[in-house]
Amino acid sequence: MSDDSLANSRLGSLEYDPAPESAAIARLRPSYGLFIGGEFTDPMRHEQFATLNPATEETLAMVAQASAVDVDRAVGAARDAYDGVWSKTTGAQRAKYLFRIARLIQERARELAVVETLDNGKPIRESRDIDIPLAAAHFFYYAGWADKLDYAGFGASPKPIGVAGQIIPWNFPLLMAAWKLAPALAAGNTCVLKPAETTPLTALVLAEILQQAELPDGVVNIVTGDGTVGAALVDHPGVDKIAFTGSTDVGRLIQRSTASSDKRLTLELGGKGANIVFEDAPIDETIEGIIDGIFFNQGHVCCAGSRLLVQESIADEVLRRLIRRVEQLRVGDPMDKNTDVGAINSAAQLERIKELTAYGTSEGATRYTSSCVLPDKGYWFAPTVFADVTQSHRIAREEIFGPVLSVLTFRTPEEAVAKANNTTYGLACGVWSEKGSRTLWVAARLRAGVIWANTYNRFDPTSPFGGMRESGFGREGGRHGLEAYLDV
Amino acid sequence: MTTPLRLVTEQERGIVIANPSHVARVESGTQLSAILTALSGVDAVGAEARVAKLATRSIKKSTKMAALDLAISMVDLTTLEGADTFGRVTSLCTKAMSPAAQDPSVPHVAAVCVYPDLAAHARYVLGDSPVKVASVATAFPSGRASLKVKLLDVADALEAGADEIDMVIDRGAFLSGRTGQVFDEIAAVKGACGRAHLKVILETGELVTYDNVRRASWLAMLAGADFIKTSTGKVPVAATTAVALVMLEAARDFAETSGRLVGVKVAGGIRSAKDAIRYLVVVNETAGSTWLTPDLFRFGASSLLNDLLRQRLKQQRGAYVRSDEFSGD
Amino acid sequence: MSENRQDVRKTYKLLINGAFPRSESGRSYEVTTFNGAFLANVAQASLKDVRDAVSAARGAQPKWVGATAYNRGQVIYRLAEMAESRRGELAEQVALAEGLKPGPAKASVGRCIDRIVWYAGWCDKITQVLGGANPVAGPFFNFSLPTPSGVVAAVAPQESSLEGFVDVVLAPLCVGNTVVALASEARPIPAVLLGEMSATSDFPAGVLNIVTGFTSELTPTLASHEDVDGLDLEGVDAQVAGDLAVLAAGSIKRVLRPSPSRGAPSSMRRLRAFVETSTVWHTIGQ
Repeated sequence: MSDDSLANSRLGSLEYDPAPESAAIARLRPSYGLFIGGEFTDPMRHEQFATLNPATEETLAMVAQASAVDVDRAVGAARDAYDGVWSKTTGAQRAKYLFRIARLIQERARELAVVETLDNGKPIRESRDIDIPLAAAHFFYYAGWADKLDYAGFGASPKPIGVAGQIIPWNFPLLMAAWKLAPALAAGNTCVLKPAETTPLTALVLAEILQQAELPDGVVNIVTGDGTVGAALVDHPGVDKIAFTGSTDVGRLIQRSTASSDKRLTLELGGKGANIVFEDAPIDETIEGIIDGIFFNQGHVCCAGSRLLVQESIADEVLRRLIRRVEQLRVGDPMDKNTDVGAINSAAQLERIKELTAYGTSEGATRYTSSCVLPDKGYWFAPTVFADVTQSHRIAREEIFGPVLSVLTFRTPEEAVAKANNTTYGLACGVWSEKGSRTLWVAARLRAGVIWANTYNRFDPTSPFGGMRESGFGREGGRHGLEAYLDV
Repeated sequence: MTTPLRLVTEQERGIVIANPSHVARVESGTQLSAILTALSGVDAVGAEARVAKLATRSIKKSTKMAALDLAISMVDLTTLEGADTFGRVTSLCTKAMSPAAQDPSVPHVAAVCVYPDLAAHARYVLGDSPVKVASVATAFPSGRASLKVKLLDVADALEAGADEIDMVIDRGAFLSGRTGQVFDEIAAVKGACGRAHLKVILETGELVTYDNVRRASWLAMLAGADFIKTSTGKVPVAATTAVALVMLEAARDFAETSGRLVGVKVAGGIRSAKDAIRYLVVVNETAGSTWLTPDLFRFGASSLLNDLLRQRLKQQRGAYVRSDEFSGD
Repeated sequence: MSENRQDVRKTYKLLINGAFPRSESGRSYEVTTFNGAFLANVAQASLKDVRDAVSAARGAQPKWVGATAYNRGQVIYRLAEMAESRRGELAEQVALAEGLKPGPAKASVGRCIDRIVWYAGWCDKITQVLGGANPVAGPFFNFSLPTPSGVVAAVAPQESSLEGFVDVVLAPLCVGNTVVALASEARPIPAVLLGEMSATSDFPAGVLNIVTGFTSELTPTLASHEDVDGLDLEGVDAQVAGDLAVLAAGSIKRVLRPSPSRGAPSSMRRLRAFVETSTVWHTIGQ
């Protein structure tokens, strides 16, 4: 048998027919208002904008564009709810609302997964198996803290802060909403949530769920729109706490804005995660982990393993296996259950990815791009690996936020640590080795808020997540995640 | 592992060698141990997560029909019971040749698998049918007998007309580190096989760890196995998709290193068409399309065949099918 | 329109290994309302039933401790869902057992359900509160984790037919123990009902076992049974508790003596009582 057939041993004779999920499950309305004081309501200026399906560029629904007046109304509703109802609700009662919400998310899981995929472009398999279950689990977890705050390690009877303004990104829309709302509500705060401009829909379905759970009016308010809405929220004097997840550039602006106020702030920003592979790594699972690290969610992950740091002695072998595996990735219709890599979330993001990727080639790195066929309509980028990358290349330093991996090498553990830390970011890293002592030695020296050993992109509501340095401050998840929402 | 290795034996005629300048002999037990120890470990959590993700592949319509037919053609229809009789073997062989009498479009299975003393009868019933006779041997299923007895067992099966021998490795020797002995036994059996094709049963349920499965797979392939097989089906833990993943990875890597293609057979506990299709997806996305043929992938099963037939008929009719639609044996 | 209908009377049985058998001894005893009216013949468990229950609890241990904390929390929350939907039935039996008016009985059951919810939320928090990494003076990663003691025998309080039962049973369960519970001798029915609800809450068989019968007959067996790891003596009076604790000493059981004030409602005492701390050291080095 020739080498040729081995190299070409691929998805040939078992081609998968399309297995599309049905979009009708989404039950989308033609248009959505803002969610303020427990009701859907028109924005004051009656402005709307379209939210698109990035895989087809079709309009999914019209969504309200909030103005400063609407933000003010929302903050007012949150304040009234806090003073009048929520601050007088016991932990045990808050817990039961949160448990109800968790259960409702589970009951409407399929609908939410379909809406998420249509609005975001991520594969239905990921929304169904990861995003939605984790969102429900997050509410379950924090529900359990609401009546146990005395045990959270912040002293006896810790109190909430008040009204929280929460601005979330487009990469995990429902999950990010859960990460923000669940701990805030458990601790006794009320919220004004601002979903990302390109992915408002699952937050609006969540609003329906909050109504079904009979959460008291105004405890959660949702204001949709562009960046001006977020800015209005950050600047509003009636907001006691701001939580932001997004780019480091915007995070800087927000930190400056709030610097002279009393507002508490937590930020979860960008990253350029180093995935460190030692020569004794379990090779097959490592390849999967590298793939997962950068192509999960199309690379639109702040903690993506976007830099592969591979020990030089096995670099060629790893690269060979990696390229072979990249060729196997199924890129296409996000609604197809067999799709591995979906659409890029927006035209703007696609431009950014293309721009930064062009630098890779012009700076002299060796580019491998999957030979997958991309659909005509929609925003797509073929999975790409750059080899022969060095620390001084832009593609090794700047966050691309797309399915592009930069491969660098190292010789010793110390060098790996130095290279991994040689960044202004500090969000996540991976370490692959069968030698426990070395993994722990490296982990202790990495300046990263999350370190995955022999795995990548694993999330759990009990496990604190967040960054160091310019990846932000504050943690979400776990006991630590309560701190941001308590007056301690 | 950077140096490709392959066992060179007198029986290597018929084995294609790619890049002969890159091969080396396994000269000693020490060298063999070194090769096996140098193999990459398997992270159990990662391996199981991989197969769990592959299990979410949605196989529909024409792919499903193709997969069902492929799976049927890969079945080694098996009966390995103390109570087996000529009558039982006759039924088995008849069904093997024509699984659904009412539908001649159904492919025949790959082989029947029986005990050595029934191999001659199976050969007789099968006549010149393309269905092969596979016989277990080497003191199946425990493997607890002397090498002399095991080789006599093999000789008996070959004399009876078996095309394929399914041997068991000595798990006691493997687990106590006597890998050289395990290697020598496999090589000896391969020698005795002549032109018959040898499947080596690792009994993965007794090896327990994926690291052991990887090592045993390489050991068997280096010693000359034509197929590596998961289980005898006689111990509580048999084939799993994760174990198949590890074995397919080993077969793929071995092929790249040595140029020799070794097949993988999964046996024990595979009862439903859904399970079978899951395995095919694992093959497809691990070793690749080259292995999607009865020459390189088999299912050792008995009740699986009827579920494959039922699903095939359901695809055609559009409704769920009674279990009595097909012959029970 | 008057109803001429006869009601179908219920037989109250034991809960062992996910099934509801009568006592192997065939015995039963009369349970009355708080003021002596006949309520039902409840199974009177024998020493063999206790032995079977312990065996079931031991057998169920690996599966329960092997489940994720999230999963245990889900199962216990489901028990709360079941109890909420059968709240009326529970309130009726609590009222009959304890002589409460409907309002206070309903409130008592409401508190019980909230208590179950409280415990459901503990499952995936206990490790974070009781465990942690320890900064040893050397190049080692050192962490302590709470693990369940194993099989816990819980003697429920005699007076409180449901609230007390919930505490002695749910606390060991949520940290991963399996339980053999002895219900109140005179007021067992609400506990038996809760047992029925556990069977429809996705509890694996054998995780929660409930026996009814005579406290003084059964407790010595529970106390001396060597395959029981923990013993909660809440339902036994102080004098007898002492004797049973002596029996329990034979197998170095973890014993929780009845507390004078039953502990504050949100105390962690019971959660900590049947937990073992396991500490791991791992070298750190290139």
